[in-house]
Formats: sequence, structure tokens, C-alpha cells
Amino acid sequence: MKIVIEALIVLLILTNLKLIASSRLSACIRVVAVQGVLLGLMPLIAGQEALTLRIAALSGLTMLLKGVVFPWLLLKTLRSANVRREIEPFVGYAASLMIGAGLLFLAIWMSRQLPMPFAVTSPLIMPLAFFTMMIGLFAVVSRRKAITQVLGYLVMENGIYAFGLVFAQHEPLLVELGILLDAFMAVFVMGITIFHINREFDHIDADRLSALKG
Amino acid sequence: MTDLSLLLGPISALVFAPLIPGIINRTKAVAAGRTGQPLLQLYADLLRLFRKGAVYSRTTSWVFTAGPAAGLSCIAVSLTMLPMGGVPGAMAFTGDLIVMVYLMGLSRFFTAAAAMDTGSAFEGMGASREVQFSVLAEPALLVGLAAVALAAGPAGLFDAAPVVNGFRSLSEIYSGLTLSVWANDGAILLLAAAALFIVALTENCRIPVDDPTTHLELTMIHEVMVLDHSGPDFGMILYAAALKLWFFLALLSGLLIPVRSENLWINGISTIIGIFFLAVGVGLVESMMARLRLLRIPQLLAGALSLAALALVLVLWG
Repeated sequence: MKIVIEALIVLLILTNLKLIASSRLSACIRVVAVQGVLLGLMPLIAGQEALTLRIAALSGLTMLLKGVVFPWLLLKTLRSANVRREIEPFVGYAASLMIGAGLLFLAIWMSRQLPMPFAVTSPLIMPLAFFTMMIGLFAVVSRRKAITQVLGYLVMENGIYAFGLVFAQHEPLLVELGILLDAFMAVFVMGITIFHINREFDHIDADRLSALKG
Repeated sequence: MTDLSLLLGPISALVFAPLIPGIINRTKAVAAGRTGQPLLQLYADLLRLFRKGAVYSRTTSWVFTAGPAAGLSCIAVSLTMLPMGGVPGAMAFTGDLIVMVYLMGLSRFFTAAAAMDTGSAFEGMGASREVQFSVLAEPALLVGLAAVALAAGPAGLFDAAPVVNGFRSLSEIYSGLTLSVWANDGAILLLAAAALFIVALTENCRIPVDDPTTHLELTMIHEVMVLDHSGPDFGMILYAAALKLWFFLALLSGLLIPVRSENLWINGISTIIGIFFLAVGVGLVESMMARLRLLRIPQLLAGALSLAALALVLVLWG
């Protein structure tokens, strides 16, 4: 059991690293989809108590939303916006990978400073949650295209979900569903916004928005 | 019995190493639907080259002639420290891992110096690239092996020696890699193996990094450095390249195949079979991938380094 959980966590860490090392936007979207499915699998495998209908429904819904609906929405937007690659990010890809490795160290150091109120399934889940949030934030600030920034936001939400996973049995279903609904609405709205920005300006480089003066 | 099996590693390397490029080429040929060259082609090439005479340019000095011999002898010495899976190396001592990496560096230095000695612009370019990529590949190799050492440590055969104080020999690390280590830390070992595989492809100039069959000097890395060598010198370079490939594949095979029985012969022979399978794997990678752009290679190596660093972090704090 332990090896399956650890393999899942390592795969999740690798999807994070792949996200910041890849320049092709469709590949980035697929990576985030894979991450969503893997995260959805987590409560089924890492659950500390017997599998209940609540946990099964939650993980099924997560996989459906993050693995199918979000990527489909984003790929549709990508096609209509007619961009393929992230050109000239603020931080280069090799440097991003190095920063990613540094963030991993930071995440592990941080989670070792936090005393856990109860035994956690795997000591790696907390670092994973912190790392995923940091990578999401990093993707938001270091990339130019609006799509990558949306992906960064999604990955940050994935990190929060992983954090919630540790406390899954103490968390009411309603909160979980609320977060999922929020993320869904956000991606939906951002997809529409990207479409409109693209129609108005012929590109989706978000950094040029700061040149707009009211 | 034990003494004889210690010689299995170096002797099998010296005998079978030229077979590995043949296996890779045959795999590529079959994947592309061709018949391909014979499996033993490199043996024939070596025999032909060693019977020839060498031609030396008047502008070169003794550095040029020393390059191939120094390269071959460095690799041959490091083979004596190489464990074949559970079989310890013939000359294992504490810290031999570092010596091995530096021997690789020394052979690379002599090859690069010989290339620069010709005064050819192409060869200088190749030397610069070779050295640049090895700067990135070496830390990935060392960090990956460090992760393996720590993972194999506490459960290993050599519990008496505390892991933290003092570096152990590579052979001790490898004999500690039992099936139970795989069951406990399989994810870590797989990460380290992935990093080692990328390093092996880089160090041996295989496809995602360098195309060994290219005929365009501008895109070559390793091949361009040896353009001016001929006859026995070139034979030594080809033989050293085959031995180096064998060396890295043996490191990987010993890591991936956790056969650690009482009988050292079984361990050694299973590792050799693993090497042949890995050679087929290298051939498959080469038939599936195109060569990366030169600017993308540092990114690949940074990826290998972060995989190795991830493995090390997981084993330290996981």
C-alpha cells in the first residue's frame, strides 16, 4: 500500500515539474488533467478509514471535473485563441526546473516544521500540498500567456485539495463541493475572458494588460 | 570461487562491450524494417583498425597521440571498481565512486585536449560542447548514486558501518540493493534510475543528446572530436566508447535487477543479461526519438538533475 501511495505522490511531483518545464500549452493542459486524475485517486487509496460513499463520490467528481471538464474547456479556448506555445516566459525553462527543485526543498522543510495533530497516511502528502501550491503560484507569476496563468491557478487549487486530503475525514462534504464549484466557475469565467481578450487584442499576453490606463 | 567471480566483471566487459553497439544498431535496424549490420560489426572494425597504421598531422604534438591511450586506460581502470550487480568490483575501496567519476573526467579531459591539439575549429567546438554537457551530467550522476546509497544503506549487508560517517564503496552500496529495498523505496530507486539513464545517454553521446551516426560536423559532439584520429588510435577510441557504454549500462542494470543471491555467478550473469536488455532499450529510445536541439539539451540534463535531487530529498526526508 505504502509503495502505491508513494508512487502516486512522486508522479504528482513530476507532473508539477513537467508543467513548469514544458512550453507547449496543450501539453501543459494535459499535464494538469493527469494531475487532477491522480489527485482524485488519492482519497480512494490513501483513505485512513473504510471507503464510504461520500469519499467515492468526492473523488469521482474531482476526477470528472479536473480530468475531463477543465481540460476540455481550456483546450477549446486554446483552439479558439489560436496559440500553441508559451514564447519568452519571464523565467526560462531550465531555470524554472532548478527553481522547482529549490521549491521542493522549501516545501519539505516547511512541512517538517509543522507538528501534525494526528498520524498522516504518508509523511510526503504535506510537502506535496505545499509544493503544488508553490508551483501554481510560480506558474502564475513567471508566465506570460493567460492560459498558463489559469493553469497555475488550477494547480494552486490542486495543492489546496491535497492539503484538504490530509484532513479529508474531518472536512464536511459541503466545503469540498463549494471549493470544486468555485474552481469550476473560475475556469469557466477565465475561459470566456481569455476568448474576449484574444478577440479584442489578437493575443493573450497578460503582461500587456498593465499598459492599459483608465 | 569468490576470487574467480570477482574477475567476471572486468573480463566480461572487455570481451562483450563491443557487442553492445551492435545490439543497439540491430534494434534500430529492426525497428526501421532494415536488416542492419551484423551484431559483431564492431569486433571486425576494431580488428581492421588495429592492423592499420596511423597518420599524424605535422601540427600535432604528443598530446594528440596520448589522448586515445589515456582515454582507454582511464575507462579500463574504472571497470575494475565497477560492481556487477551483487558481485563486488575487483578493486573496491571506500570512496571508489568518486574516483570513478574523476577517471571519467580525466579521460574526457584527454580526449578534449587531443581534439584541441589538432587546431581544427570543428574539433574545438566539439570539445567545448562535450565538456559543457558533462558539467551538467556529473552532478546528476553523483546525486542519483547518493540517493541509491542512502536508500540501500540501513537495510544493507554492511550494517556495522554507519552510513552517515564515511562514504562506502560502490560495491557495498550495490550489494545492499536487495528486493526488500525495492519493495520499500521503489519510487526512489526508479527516479534515480531514470536520472542515471539520461546521464548514460548523455555521456555516451546517444540520441536525444547526440546522434552517433550523423555525418554533419556542425551538429556532432563526440564524433567531431575524433575526426583526425586514424588506425589503432581510432580503434582505441571506439573500444573505449564501447567500454564506457558498458560501464553505464552495468551501473543501471545492477540498480534495476535486484538479484542478490548467495551464488555470485548468478548475480553477475543476471546483471549481464540485464545489460543486453538495456542495450535493446537504448536502441528503442533511439528509434522513437529525434535528436534534441542543442539549446534544449541543458534543459534535459537539468531535468535529470532534478529527478536525482528529488530522489535524494525523498530518501533523506521521506
